[in-house]
Amino acid sequence: MESYEIIDHTYDVVVVGAGGAGLRATFGMAQEGLKTACITKVFPTRSHTVAAQGGVGAALDNMGEGDNWKFHMYDTVKGSDWLGDQDAIEYMCRNAIPSIIELEHFGVPFSRTEEGKIYQRPFGGHTLDFGKRMAKRACAAADRTGHAILHTLYQQSLRANAEFYIEYFAIDLIMDDEGACRGVMAIDLATGKIHRFRAHQTVLATGGYGRAYFSCTSAHTCTGDGGGMVVRAGLPMQDLEFVQFHPTGIYGSGCLITEGARGEGGYLTNSEGERFMERYAPTAKDLASRDVVSRAMTIEINEGRGVGAQKDHIFLHLEHLDPDVLALRLPGISETAKIFAGVDVTKEPIPVLPTVHYNMGGIPTNYHGEVLSPTKDDPDRVCPGLMAIGEAACVSVHGANRLGTNSLLDIVVFGRAAAFRAKETVRPGEPHKPLPSDAGEFAIARLDKMRHAKGGTKTAEIRLDMQRAMQQHAAVFRTTELMQEGVKKIQDVAGALPDIGIADRSLIWNSDLVEALELENLMTQAVITLTSADLRHESRGAHAHEDHPDRDDENWMKHTVMWLDDKYKHKVMYRDVHMYTLSNEVEVVPPVARVY
Amino acid sequence: MAEFSLPANSKVKIGNTHKAPEGAKRVKAFKIYRYDPDSGQNPRVDTYEIDLDECGPMVLDALIKIKNEVDTTVTFRRSCREGICGSCAMNIDGTNTLACLKSIDEVKDDVKIYPLPHMPVVKDLVPDLTRPYAQLASIEPWLKTKSPLPPTDEERRQSPEEREKLDGLWECVLCFCCSTSCPSYWWNGDRYLGPAILLQAYRWIADSRDEYTGERLDQLEDPFRLYRCHTIMNCTKTCPKGLNPAKAIGEIKKLMVQRM
Ligand SMILES: Cc1cc2nc3c(=O)[nH]c(=O)nc-3n(C[C@H](O)[C@H](O)[C@H](O)COP(=O)(O)OP(=O)(O)OC[C@H]3O[C@@H](n4cnc5c(N)ncnc54)[C@H](O)[C@@H]3O)c2cc1C
Ligand code: SF4
Ligand code: SF4
Ligand code: FES
Repeated sequence: MESYEIIDHTYDVVVVGAGGAGLRATFGMAQEGLKTACITKVFPTRSHTVAAQGGVGAALDNMGEGDNWKFHMYDTVKGSDWLGDQDAIEYMCRNAIPSIIELEHFGVPFSRTEEGKIYQRPFGGHTLDFGKRMAKRACAAADRTGHAILHTLYQQSLRANAEFYIEYFAIDLIMDDEGACRGVMAIDLATGKIHRFRAHQTVLATGGYGRAYFSCTSAHTCTGDGGGMVVRAGLPMQDLEFVQFHPTGIYGSGCLITEGARGEGGYLTNSEGERFMERYAPTAKDLASRDVVSRAMTIEINEGRGVGAQKDHIFLHLEHLDPDVLALRLPGISETAKIFAGVDVTKEPIPVLPTVHYNMGGIPTNYHGEVLSPTKDDPDRVCPGLMAIGEAACVSVHGANRLGTNSLLDIVVFGRAAAFRAKETVRPGEPHKPLPSDAGEFAIARLDKMRHAKGGTKTAEIRLDMQRAMQQHAAVFRTTELMQEGVKKIQDVAGALPDIGIADRSLIWNSDLVEALELENLMTQAVITLTSADLRHESRGAHAHEDHPDRDDENWMKHTVMWLDDKYKHKVMYRDVHMYTLSNEVEVVPPVARVY
Repeated sequence: MAEFSLPANSKVKIGNTHKAPEGAKRVKAFKIYRYDPDSGQNPRVDTYEIDLDECGPMVLDALIKIKNEVDTTVTFRRSCREGICGSCAMNIDGTNTLACLKSIDEVKDDVKIYPLPHMPVVKDLVPDLTRPYAQLASIEPWLKTKSPLPPTDEERRQSPEEREKLDGLWECVLCFCCSTSCPSYWWNGDRYLGPAILLQAYRWIADSRDEYTGERLDQLEDPFRLYRCHTIMNCTKTCPKGLNPAKAIGEIKKLMVQRM
């Protein structure tokens, strides 16, 4: 192996990722006086949070309907199909209010009501009075809320003078013999130099792994790198079988049309021109939870009522809305529909299809953002030195199905919570124990091997095989046969990785190498997703199992916890869902059948 | 005798050609600027023939297809593929734009792809953007106030009309297509802030919540930082998000005059 120059750094805290979650944690920690570094593979404002459209949920009650964070909590538990941890959900919905107000104080350019307050719109699954009427709870900056929030958080990070390592790719965690995380190894893309970051807390905020699928709304950089690092560190992932399909990805390109479009009055029709959601969800109709709408659309298509020449998609109508409302509230998607579907939304419907959008599962954590390393005896055991937040993590507030607007909320609330926690657990400038003598060798060996990989298969070929397998075998509807075949297939695809070959051997901006490392990360999560799905013999939230069509609370109201070794062999355990709240101010929402 | 030498890497050679596969019907040639700093060689332009029947509609689709299937060493930035992250800014067919929003059909002849002009090139289509990022930080692009913060459960009020003043400003994706099309920025980029950053500066001046307008204007009151703009309008013409940085600059200049 060739020798690499290593540059050492010592920090109190290192955050990996500069999306909404990573930035909120980074400047929060810097403000607490902790020496904080943030490593990111893309310039912060290019992180995927920038693409979020519709809004961020908080029961501010700006529209004067009597909204309350307890309704928000109820909706989130119900949305999660009772797989969400209720202590964490209480924490999120209660802290939503100060967290969003704080964003306004930071300068987020929210849209405004006539009174000058933050504008709020309806979104799927958000209701008043425990499911009676639709609520206006999504705080929006037109239909570019993620852009508004991400840029503001970056501005605040500049103000806090946080230290950034931009276009650095984190390779692997540094773990010691006691199973504690001691930092992270990264490569500076511009120079190819290796950097070893040592920290009391390492925070993974690396986003989701949408790119494990062929068609998704996620960016090319959503490759589950945090999950890959955790799996290689011998830690488990939680609830990966729950993958959200957003009802309205543009047919063909997969670009998203926000649920806020239906919040502003848009609706879906089938080939008969019928507003079919009225049949599936009489109260919430087009604003039922995403899993419900995606399943309804899939049934319509499967029963021959899809639109288009192949009868394989659905129409989303906005043309009945006032053009001024479209220009004011939905300018971004009007532009996206024009560019990617050739549709003028003021005149014609948009062709849409359920599209992979969000990973409810992730790195298991508690509501402080501390990563869990569960055992049978201690299912809530904390892994020292490691935290995870945002889409990379599974707190779990989204359970089996996330409500729209709850992810932007998750990233700011738990980014903030992680900063509070780090303040409690780390003393600024606290001395570090010596690193293990082989610290970082694992990461460098993996990098070096990949950089010289001479196999016969291109990264893109293996990636495509993986994406096709996921698209086919872990889709909106699943059957035992389909998933068992899928598990075999994905094992075969993973088995092709040793034959990977890359052509760029240079050290400067080697994206050929980065894509290969990203593929390894994606693969771990693809395998766990399919394997966990195959094992769950019930239907809950986004996991719709045709051979077990009902939810089975007695046997399955529990989180899947899965480890994967370097041969892609899994080990599984189940953890109880937290059926308790943090305070006496709210009661646990008991499980009932989920109707919208 | 005086010796002439061109600046390093200014001479671009003709490179390799990758032919379209047998039987391809709708072939289009993509001519891509290649520069590998490790090789010690001058930049070259490689040609890739692509069958458009097997390729998505945008220039970024073609670049990804080339990287996936033909030549994995081709290097460029990309992430969102929908024109919102600002990563894939490059010069296509003579214009700075986002590759993911540029339809291949709009280009009549061969598709010529170069990095953003007048920026140091790290590799192929990846420019070094350190300078504009530092310039962004220099204008202190965050909300600054003097009055005390409202309580933690209350937002600052802003009327819809006040909020509307930010439209066309806050949507900027920091792609720097505008700045790298501005001749003043080409020649004076070390001191002139350029249209992208001046648009950001105006975004805060225009925000009814910000209470540092005077200080912000003071900071721009300089023969270079602001006044190198000669209203050439390249910036506005090229902005792939349809924003108007030249107008924002005009507004700042107006405010400067008003307060004299
Ligand atoms: C099109 C779209 C629209 C959406 N709209 C909404 C909405 O309206 N409301 C809502 O609540 N949610 C929405 N979501 C979901 C939400 O945007 C995301 O779940 C959320 O932004 C994730 O934020 P994050 O901070 O966890 O990760 P990201 O924003 O994905 O950031 C990940 C960060 O990690 C870094 N990183 C990753 N790997 C590495 C590595 N190996 N080394 C170094 N750095 C690394 C990246 O550079 C990046 O900075 C939407 C999602 C999509 C796809
Ligand atoms: S208008 Fe000003 S900023 Fe724009 S291109 Fe011309 S000189 Fe540059
Ligand atoms: S103003 Fe337009 S061209 Fe300039 S950086 Fe912003 S989005 Fe890009
Ligand atoms: S890839 Fe994000 S702007 Fe083109």
